Amino acid sequence: MRTEENILVKLKNAGIKQNDKWLVKGVSLEVEKGKIVTLIGPNGSGKSTTAKIALGIYKEFEGTVEKFTNKIGYVPQKISIDWTLPLRVADFMVLTDDLDKGDINEALALTGVDHLIDKNLGNLSGGEFQRVLLARAISRKPELLVLDEPVQGVDFTGEIALYQLIKKISEKLNCGILLISHDLHTVMSATDHVVCLNGHVCCSGSPIDVAKDKEYKALFGEQASQTLSIYEHKHDHVHSNDGDIKQKN
Amino acid sequence: MFDDFFIRALFAGIGVAFVTGPLGCFVVWRRLSYFGDTLAHSALLGVTIAFSLEFNIALSVFISSSVIALFLIQLQKKTNLPGDALLGLLAHSSLAVGLVAIGFLSFIRFDIMGLLFGDILAVNVNDLLIIWIGGAFILLVLKLIWKPLFASTVNYELAEAEGLNPDRAKAIFTLLMAAIIAISIKMIGLLLITGMLIIPAAFARNISDSPKGMVIFSIIGGLLSVFIGLFSSLNFNTPSGPSIIMAALILFIISLFKIKQSIKLKN
Repeated sequence: MRTEENILVKLKNAGIKQNDKWLVKGVSLEVEKGKIVTLIGPNGSGKSTTAKIALGIYKEFEGTVEKFTNKIGYVPQKISIDWTLPLRVADFMVLTDDLDKGDINEALALTGVDHLIDKNLGNLSGGEFQRVLLARAISRKPELLVLDEPVQGVDFTGEIALYQLIKKISEKLNCGILLISHDLHTVMSATDHVVCLNGHVCCSGSPIDVAKDKEYKALFGEQASQTLSIYEHKHDHVHSNDGDIKQKN
Repeated sequence: MFDDFFIRALFAGIGVAFVTGPLGCFVVWRRLSYFGDTLAHSALLGVTIAFSLEFNIALSVFISSSVIALFLIQLQKKTNLPGDALLGLLAHSSLAVGLVAIGFLSFIRFDIMGLLFGDILAVNVNDLLIIWIGGAFILLVLKLIWKPLFASTVNYELAEAEGLNPDRAKAIFTLLMAAIIAISIKMIGLLLITGMLIIPAAFARNISDSPKGMVIFSIIGGLLSVFIGLFSSLNFNTPSGPSIIMAALILFIISLFKIKQSIKLKN
């Protein structure tokens, strides 16, 4: 269902220029309620920059950004927290919003780190911290989630579980998700729309369309293209643990 | 009750400590100690203006410090100099301009030592009112901007992305800094105000493991410093400002032995 009122954020020909050099140029995309839009592309292709334009972190940019929601959850790619601040996970969870204990615990439990609630943020491992970041973003029950490589540093099984969680959240909260990832395998199975960036939008569409695109193949290689196609079929069935194929309910 | 100068000083100190506690935590967290120094140095200019125009000192200092803060923001945008160089430039030049201005106002008797290091004898009922009413106002505003200010202290982009308007909080916080300097200048003196902001907060950092805990310990540290400092100032006839700061320093040294193992920095 593509209706105007379902759109949460809309970028039109957005770009940003720094010292006469375009960091990213001519990006048009929109994120709708309940849909996952994934930005892919090599390093320095402008994925994080695009996300920050959409979020309003950058004030000076070309093109237009229309935002139709203020309930946003953000997981930044890099976060440097100054450890002169005594900050526990519990304090971090209520950083931008007042939440009750139940919501905090629920979100932490979803990402598997509820046992860390009284730990100091500086004592967490990279993967634990990443899970806390994701929990914080979803605990606010946002309408728009912007996730910039949300599973970096998370162990392999955790990674898959977190991607499944992200998919589940988008359905449960009916929120739109702008996802940035390098991991073509896991992401593609859950993505509704892929935008492939390389300083500009080189192609976009459903995962299967993007996989067939010549520019995509040139950027990621033949194998990546096959990866996408393989995962595309996952939309209509699921694999159970014993290898059976079941129809998705 | 407020007839006695010592009681007045004590109540002034208590009022100041309640405000410098939470503000000082932000000064430490946001690495603003040099910024605080710069605002405090520029206060001398405000005092001079107040004397020459027979204007309220606290208000005059508040305005001059705010102007310097705005000027600093402009300089940061327009020049390529590093922040600390700009701060030093403004701190020392505003101090110099203030001292030169005092030289021109030879018809007024200035207690320079009192201005630089604080003077308990100088605190009158009027100052007390300014400290308590102004202080309550500062705390109220700080409470209102706490969420965006704290969130952007932890991570600016998160605060901005999730719609908290951190730039506005930062601008308001700058004004609060100017305000605390304005109301505490008579008590502690312009060279030592930053010490009252930083040292109790540093003491608190050593013994607390949450932001709110640090704010509470910072207030307690400030109150203890005021009590110990003022009583020893009375007993040993030492200037009030330095005595309070010394008491804070002693508390900080004691707290060093108390650093909780669990909250020690990882790196």
